[in-house]
Amino acid sequence: MSWKTKSSIAEKRKAVLESLEKFGSSLYEQMARGVFPSIEMPSRSIDNIYYHPELRQYVLGEKRVRRTARNIRHIRPFTQLVWAAFFSHELTSQRKTSTLRDVYYSAQAYEMSFKDQQESNAIITDLETVLGWSREDFNIFPEERSAIFGDLTIEYTVPGYEGRTLNLTSHPDGVMIGPALTSAEFVKTSADKVIAIEKGGLFTRFIEERVHERFNALLVLTAGQAPRATRHFIHRLNKELGLPVYIFTDGDPWGMHIAMVIISGSANAAHVRELTTPDAKWSGVWATDIVKYKLPTDPLSDIDFKRLRELQRDPRYKDELWQREIKTFMKIGRKAEQEAFSRYGLTFIVDEYLPAKLEEA
Amino acid sequence: MAQTFQEISPSDFFYRNRDIAGFTNPARAIYSAIRELVENSLDAAENIGVAPDIYIRLKFLGEAGREAQVYQLRVQDNGSGIPARHIPSAFGQVLFGSKYKLKQARGTFGLGGTMAILYGQITTHQPALVISSTGSSRIYMYRLMIDIQRNKPLILDRKILLNKEQWRGTIVEFSLEGDYFRAMSKIVEYLKQTALVNPYANLTFVDPRGRLYKFTRVTTRMPTPPKETLPHPYGVDVEIFQRLIQVTPTRNMIDFLRTHFHRVGETTARKFLEFSKIPPSKNPRKLTHQEIVHLVRMMKRFKDFLPPDASCLSPLGKDLLKAGILKELEPEFVAVCQRRPSTYAGHPFIVEVAIAYGGKIPRKGDFTIYRFANRIPLLYDEASDVSVKVIRSMNWRRYKVTPDMPIAILIHICSTKVPYKTVGKEFIADRPEVRREVLNGIREAARHLQRFLTKREHVNRERKRLSIFAKYLPKIAQFSTQLAGKSQPPNVEILLRSVRKFELEN
Repeated sequence: MSWKTKSSIAEKRKAVLESLEKFGSSLYEQMARGVFPSIEMPSRSIDNIYYHPELRQYVLGEKRVRRTARNIRHIRPFTQLVWAAFFSHELTSQRKTSTLRDVYYSAQAYEMSFKDQQESNAIITDLETVLGWSREDFNIFPEERSAIFGDLTIEYTVPGYEGRTLNLTSHPDGVMIGPALTSAEFVKTSADKVIAIEKGGLFTRFIEERVHERFNALLVLTAGQAPRATRHFIHRLNKELGLPVYIFTDGDPWGMHIAMVIISGSANAAHVRELTTPDAKWSGVWATDIVKYKLPTDPLSDIDFKRLRELQRDPRYKDELWQREIKTFMKIGRKAEQEAFSRYGLTFIVDEYLPAKLEEA
Repeated sequence: MAQTFQEISPSDFFYRNRDIAGFTNPARAIYSAIRELVENSLDAAENIGVAPDIYIRLKFLGEAGREAQVYQLRVQDNGSGIPARHIPSAFGQVLFGSKYKLKQARGTFGLGGTMAILYGQITTHQPALVISSTGSSRIYMYRLMIDIQRNKPLILDRKILLNKEQWRGTIVEFSLEGDYFRAMSKIVEYLKQTALVNPYANLTFVDPRGRLYKFTRVTTRMPTPPKETLPHPYGVDVEIFQRLIQVTPTRNMIDFLRTHFHRVGETTARKFLEFSKIPPSKNPRKLTHQEIVHLVRMMKRFKDFLPPDASCLSPLGKDLLKAGILKELEPEFVAVCQRRPSTYAGHPFIVEVAIAYGGKIPRKGDFTIYRFANRIPLLYDEASDVSVKVIRSMNWRRYKVTPDMPIAILIHICSTKVPYKTVGKEFIADRPEVRREVLNGIREAARHLQRFLTKREHVNRERKRLSIFAKYLPKIAQFSTQLAGKSQPPNVEILLRSVRKFELEN
């Protein structure tokens, strides 16, 4: 059980605002001196992304790029970046939130058009890189679909809900991990672990089977590849509350990778920190579980094999467990979904498999 | 088998062969009739240095069958007028004309106007009315027909009017069969193109439907009139040579050559006679037939004749050409080029080329080509013309030109003898000397166009570049001002001025 100072969220917001203002001031000063404003930031090109074995995540190297408004090819993205900073400042100071989609449309109100959503997303990523904060810190969130359920009491910091608390067992479908929850302070919890689940069906089963009580756990639904807000949330549960994290996914290369991104992050997010949970454990479904529990399976497709070969060479997968599971997958040539346990009855996964896996970890 | 031989008069010859003079069918006939008279009128005005004012009226008189109608054509000009004694022959006798000397003129058959009247007579059997005055105190009015078999004018009526207003010019009025509606577009196109290369002329046309087409002059400056010139040795044949011998007053070969040939002086004459092994003292009238043939042959082989000079030519000149194009085509840009005089077979010629771009020139997926010879538009047989062949053979991409651009190319060839390929006089033959001049002319104009296009591209690119800075810099200033919490945005004008590579108009 861990307690967190209530001011952490407010302090962070203050720091974010300050760095946005500093960014604006530096551009202002350059223009006032009669020079074209320019900025420098770490390069996000493929050859500047390295795996950091100690941090156990991807990081950006030493290479830096310079963007200047003097360059005709830079000036448009440069302006978009300054607008994004301005817009983020508005959001953060007024404590409003926005989605990436929203950012794309909001730009048009300032006659700052983006070609498409991809372009506006890239600019937000630039802003993260320049300032070293992640977009959630600027109150920009992706579309949400993940949820949490379990005995955790939080206190909202969003306008209108400040000071209000909520216990995350209040709703049997779980509570969506959206902007309000992401920016909430943790008040207290009786849980001693976090179980992250890939699929909604199993998440609901776990709630029905009262896994949160029987295993004293907070249940997190990643709904496929976990969104960054959810990864950050898991990171906070692990860091701030000191809870160990166990991840359950389908038994195939794609499920493995869902777990890995929660643990070690992605190359795309090499410029931000606090999204990874290096100590989290992938608890299943392993290839060896498929053999051990004689689960109903499907054959691995060519694409599955290709993905496995890629993962085999990936530095994040160098540990013995991962290499063993990859080899086993390739040997048996089969994969299994989480639901495959239902062949032994609806509660087998909770009654037999889960305890065994938690024990194993 | 017995055969009867019969001499036919020139009128009879053209009556039987009217196709070759451009009177093939009712549509073509009406176009040719207008054309011949308009060209005579232009020449008549230019010869006395007067800016032409030409009025053309075509009036519907009645139906004449399934494909033709009867029209009355009237063409009036402010030209030199015709001396009274020449009027009957000028319009009632084929191959009578003022154009049998060597200088550039529009018609060279001497049958243009008469042919039109002849055609009118054979299709409607009506007399022609000719009114003319040289600006003297009298105006002469003739009603006449052509005696086709004898090639003689038949004067039906003759009146002399007092010329109080000192009017000068010629009016020709006659009726003919034609098909105006099929000829309409060609006639209008002909007038438009005529106006283009005669920007100092006023052309007015009232068509049978009462529509008025008016082409107004934009200048009264006219090209320098051509000077009459002697035949050049390279262009002489045995027939011309023999005629000269018959009329020459000279008594020796040196004087004969100096007097009757273009650009032959004493030195050249001596050298040539040495070359052809004819004694300089020989009396030209005593030359034998063999000697004449020999001399004409030698003339073609002798290399040291000076090239003909171009004073007998009257090119339009760059300024007039430009004025005409700007007036009739209204392009955004025009490049004109006048080649130096050149010769083919002893005939001097000058090629003028213009390339017009943009503005009102249509984009039709191919160049619009305007061809002219001695300031006459050539409207038929475009594909066979040497200019078109040259244009098709060029690599236009070198000049940044693609066929989808709105481009018009104009080629004007003027010569004492335009190298037409056929008697119809509608396209220029592919002679190497002419081809070379046309090619070089087009290349030169195309280079100008390329420079224009390149510069315009630069300017556009620069304008676009500046507009990008002008669009974004103030925004950067605005957003960073708000971020920094300042009240006054920084001045970006200095920055904007610093990116300007050169001053742009407007």
